[in-house]
Amino acid sequence: MTAASRAEVCAAAVADAFRGDGERLASSFGTVPAIGARLAKLTFAPDLLLTDGIAMLLAEVQPVSGDAKPDPVVEGWLPFRNVFDLLWSGRRHVVMVASQIDRFGNHNFACIGPHAKPRAQLLGMRGAPGNTLNHTTSYWIPNHSPKVFVERVDVCSGVGYDRAAALGPRSARYHEIRRVVSNLGVFDFETPERRMRLRSLHPGVTLDEVVAATGFELAVGGDVPATRAPSDVELRLIREVLDPAGARERELAA
Amino acid sequence: MDKRTTAAAVVAELRDGMALGIGGWGSRRKPMALVREILRSPIKELTVVSYGGPDVGLLCAAGKVKKLVYGFVSLDSIPLEPHFRKARQAGGFEAAELDEGMLQWGLYAAACRLPFLPTRAGLGSDVMRINPQLKCVKSPYADGEELVAMPAIELDVALVHMNRADVHGNGQFLGPDPYFDDLFCMAAKRRFLSCEKIVDTREFSKYGSFHTLKLHRAMVDGVVETPGGAHFTECLPDYGRDEAFQKEYAASARDDASWQAFWTRFLDLDSEVAYQEAVRVWRGAGR
Repeated sequence: MTAASRAEVCAAAVADAFRGDGERLASSFGTVPAIGARLAKLTFAPDLLLTDGIAMLLAEVQPVSGDAKPDPVVEGWLPFRNVFDLLWSGRRHVVMVASQIDRFGNHNFACIGPHAKPRAQLLGMRGAPGNTLNHTTSYWIPNHSPKVFVERVDVCSGVGYDRAAALGPRSARYHEIRRVVSNLGVFDFETPERRMRLRSLHPGVTLDEVVAATGFELAVGGDVPATRAPSDVELRLIREVLDPAGARERELAA
Repeated sequence: MDKRTTAAAVVAELRDGMALGIGGWGSRRKPMALVREILRSPIKELTVVSYGGPDVGLLCAAGKVKKLVYGFVSLDSIPLEPHFRKARQAGGFEAAELDEGMLQWGLYAAACRLPFLPTRAGLGSDVMRINPQLKCVKSPYADGEELVAMPAIELDVALVHMNRADVHGNGQFLGPDPYFDDLFCMAAKRRFLSCEKIVDTREFSKYGSFHTLKLHRAMVDGVVETPGGAHFTECLPDYGRDEAFQKEYAASARDDASWQAFWTRFLDLDSEVAYQEAVRVWRGAGR
């Protein structure tokens, strides 16, 4: 096996975010998160539920690229209405993309600029407000920069730790932002004040690079470990089974 | 009761300023023929409620929207709806942006004739700031939890599109997802169903199991047979999305001249039949 690419390290980091989730729906947006969720299911998290991206729960993992798509084995039906029911019940972990994120994990993919007349209209609130209050959320950011890691989000779609704390322990009891995976490193909120902490640096990335690309002060411990490299088994799964056409590399290059 | 009617007769019931709910989701099974009929009409200042796709984009581009109640607007294969973006960035209408689940809850509250339904969704997010009329409610039980009181979204008219219907207004979806079409109908005073094909009630079982009969006739006031009426959105299994045409539509947001050309060629026409013919000619010309 040749050494893991940055995209492959990111996919394994996303997979690690699903550790311990058990029988929960793993929802993912973006190619690397889709590979990560599938990789987790094929290795250490076999009980995860995955959909076809439309309305069917699939028993067998499907590749994200390539022509060889095995016949899907439908194990359940999950139209949008049931997705809402399921997410309100908490049995879900979503990996969402972010156009902006701040030190407490407040998230924006709704619009840039004032909401009444935005400079750039993006996706809208979508399900982010409800997701973040009801079940575990992680974020995938393939373009780590001060424009994304910002001092303050223009609009808050996904709720971060400071806003959750302001709601009080009862309303916020299902709130958890577990992980932020970017093209430079892995981040979490495992600090006393629940602000974003550098958890690991991807191999080849320096602390200075991450600090320069982040528009707020990160919590950084003494010795920041390197993000783990995927094992040979994982690399084979990524390269030969899940993404034979290499869609993962394009997502990071963009 | 025979509820067959025409797109023109449906739109003749609309008035300026009405609250209009549109079924489907993104660029999927949208009642596009009825939307196109609205574009041909002088109706304006609508409040539009939608899991938005090109229905919203077209109504925005044509200047029909005073207020939009939505969680997102997307063309699916093109994630950002360009006509909607353009109108938003121009501050062209009041944007009542909600969490997707709040939108469902608002429709469900209206369907059940409740003033509101409680939900955790929205708390702590800017949904509460940009919709200042939203209020919270405290659980009267021992937990005392604060929740959003999502108000009923009452509709004057609902428009939905199904694969099959009978003349009485029973509707059958044959694709993977019923979306929220039943809730749109139940939240509205007047409910109109367009469909690919009107069939005899006895024929429903030929197409799908009874589980596919999502709308019953007490939820529908009028039925319009419009083959291809969801074009260019998908209407599985009858047809997929017309991706090439959707690209053409998206490209028409580039500038005023592009939109004018698209408007003249495809929308400023006498009827749905003329639209379908214009699309056929466009396709035949190899674009």
